[in-house]
Amino acid sequence: MLEKILLLFCLSSALAENLCRPDASNGYKVRLSIKRALGDEAYVWNQDEMFLFRATLAFAMRNHLSGQDFQVSNILVCDETPRVSFWFIVTSPLDATRPVGKEDVEEAIRKSRSRINSAFLLTDQTLEFIGIIPTLAAPVSPDTPPWLIVFGVVMGSVGAGIIVLLVYPVVHKRLKKDEEEEELEEEEGEEETRRVKTMENGAAGDGAHNLSFTDDERFTQM
Amino acid sequence: MAETADSGVKERAKWDNKAQYLLTSIGFAVGLGNVWRFPYLCQIYGGGAFLIPYLIALVFQGLPLLYLELAVGQRFRVGSIGVWKSISPLLGGVGIASMIVSFLVCIFYNTILSWVLWYFFHSFQNPLPWSQCPLNENRTGYNVECEKSTPVNYFWYRETLNISTDIETSGSMHWWLVVCLASAWCVVYICFIKGIESMGKAVYVTATFPYLVLTIFLIRATTLPGATDGLMYLFTPKWEILKNPQVWLDAATQIFFSLSVAFGGLISFSSYNPAKNNCERDAVIVGVINSATSIYASIPIFSILGFKATNVYNSCRMENILDLTNHFELAEQNITLENYDQWFDHLNSTYPDQVASLKLRPCDLQKFLDQSASGTGLAFIVFTEAVIEMPGSQVWAVLFFIMLFSLGLSSMFGNIEGILTPINDLKLLPNWIPHEVKTAIICMICFLTALLFTLSSGNYWVEVFNGYVGSVPLLIIAFFEIIGVVYVHGMKNFSDDIYFMTGSRPNIYWKACWMVISPLMLLVVFVAYVVVQAQKHPTYPTWNPNYDEFPETKVIPYPDWVFAIIILLCVVPVTSIPLVALYRLIRRVRSPDRGDLNNYCNEGFEIETQEQNNRRT
Repeated sequence: MLEKILLLFCLSSALAENLCRPDASNGYKVRLSIKRALGDEAYVWNQDEMFLFRATLAFAMRNHLSGQDFQVSNILVCDETPRVSFWFIVTSPLDATRPVGKEDVEEAIRKSRSRINSAFLLTDQTLEFIGIIPTLAAPVSPDTPPWLIVFGVVMGSVGAGIIVLLVYPVVHKRLKKDEEEEELEEEEGEEETRRVKTMENGAAGDGAHNLSFTDDERFTQM
Repeated sequence: MAETADSGVKERAKWDNKAQYLLTSIGFAVGLGNVWRFPYLCQIYGGGAFLIPYLIALVFQGLPLLYLELAVGQRFRVGSIGVWKSISPLLGGVGIASMIVSFLVCIFYNTILSWVLWYFFHSFQNPLPWSQCPLNENRTGYNVECEKSTPVNYFWYRETLNISTDIETSGSMHWWLVVCLASAWCVVYICFIKGIESMGKAVYVTATFPYLVLTIFLIRATTLPGATDGLMYLFTPKWEILKNPQVWLDAATQIFFSLSVAFGGLISFSSYNPAKNNCERDAVIVGVINSATSIYASIPIFSILGFKATNVYNSCRMENILDLTNHFELAEQNITLENYDQWFDHLNSTYPDQVASLKLRPCDLQKFLDQSASGTGLAFIVFTEAVIEMPGSQVWAVLFFIMLFSLGLSSMFGNIEGILTPINDLKLLPNWIPHEVKTAIICMICFLTALLFTLSSGNYWVEVFNGYVGSVPLLIIAFFEIIGVVYVHGMKNFSDDIYFMTGSRPNIYWKACWMVISPLMLLVVFVAYVVVQAQKHPTYPTWNPNYDEFPETKVIPYPDWVFAIIILLCVVPVTSIPLVALYRLIRRVRSPDRGDLNNYCNEGFEIETQEQNNRRT
């Protein structure tokens, strides 16, 4: 009995290892560029990080195929290189010998891509799944194009400047003309009052009115 | 123009102070060409060695012509048409030719400024719009045209110009370009609204601001990595290039066009000077500052180009490093930029087939430094690409485009002056129209004509105008100017004029240049230029996404009707010179007692003498 269980165990692990190999039909290659992404703060890739990767992928599979309880042991990894690249294959939780289809794996990874990325502090370009093209972020397009705002400010000030420069001299001239007219009116008003004075004084209203004599007395002093 | 209300006589406008006049003349001379044409010529003609033909051309051709124009303007105190009519009525056509050339240059020059405005408006975004490709329709990838070329090229050719595949496909007018063109003309109008009173104040900013920005760029650019490579490349002289006659021709044409002589603008500017002003010193100042600005501007430009080339070189090598690391599954950063060559040799010797299959790009720094550009290519493609890599890109982009705009605006002042003053002198528009309305009419006419350049083929037309209007006619006009002053007016009369204005007669250097050297140089340059142009049917580069070797530009010849227009553009401005001379000769032949060609003949006394004659007989 014990031998049978042992044989089955050895067989299944051997089968599992046979399932995961480079260029497997249901597997994907993963490539990480940790130093490129993080520079000095790069962490060392070791088995613990690999465990996290397998757990994250199991999470992604659970997220996509709800109901199936994927475990870490369902994610098989092989062909690790110093580059930090490896192949992985996902087996079904119900039957460890049967791999999950490529399309399902791709869908699962696409759905949870940002969660997988952030688990490793990487981006779409530094955590690559060879064969799965990242969906491109939609470009930010504001409602009013910013250039129209700047254009509005510049043209508004230029237009206001033109109007001010054109209208100001006309207004200035008109104000000056009004002032001059007022002064002229005041002078004429003074003339009239003077004329009235002389008329009151006597018959000086006859003939041509000569302003130069209005201030003098009518009769010279002796 | 100042008006005295009592007598109703219009006094001629004058500068508020000498600084305004100098700044306006310097601003007119210093234009976009100083920033984007001179560094390019320096680069392709052997760096430091190019300065020799350039300075020789300045001393023997540029300065004499400049002094001549400033002196005649100041002496006769009228615009370009009045000056040549005063020297000899037969030469009146020279002024009209200047006016036509100024008009033609105005319309395409301001179009370039409208493009600068467009880029300026777009520099206030993060990220800069020319740094990324837009997505295609179904969001699966980037726009194909942008992918094949670069985001910078795409933004210039597609989003700004929406250029067609050749000059014959006109396409439609693009509203955004029309709007930018209207803005550019409004800015020109507001600066010119009161004639030189408003322009003289605007020029305090537009003439000095470029120097401030150039200094800021100089400091920033020389601290960028790779700047020294660019500078060494620029200034390392290659003496053997001087044997090529094309270098001398280009140096002479560059000086000539850079100083903006023969436009009539300089004559107008100096006509507002007081009668006794040292125009010799002014001419030397303007000429020297113009050349010094060219050299000064090439330092930051080349530092930035060196920085850009280094960036491209490094990213080229990083791409190769990535390919090698990925293929051979080596640990990250085993191959670095420093040990790349050793690793490459090692891998190539052990696995030559695999390395060959990777198709690595050859990265050569010299080749990237060689990629030169001038004109709009430099400003809108090369420079914008460099600015993306600099930290704080928006600030540098804004500064750069404001600098270009003020450089171009101060040159536009001279061009507009070259149109307005002759129109005022010729009294083409009636006197009761106020000056502001006259300026508005001119700006409106120029704007409507320039709408041609907002079509899809607009950029091709700008290149046509740029290449042909601003070249051959100016050489002819300058030649007639110098012959007119030195031989028709007479060297002795001109020396007397200068003695009256500056207090000393011109020395042997000026006389030798005016009488012999400069006309000879102009003639040689003109003939050589025409010969070089006529040797091949002119071609132009086009942006054609369907071309096999896209993103390389497809070079095709101009169609015949465009070629005819080119000939017209060269010939029509200068036809006024013989036409007016002919007209005056015919009038002189018809009525010999009037129309005396003597400069000192005053028509005010002629009628009296006729009456006296009649009384006597």
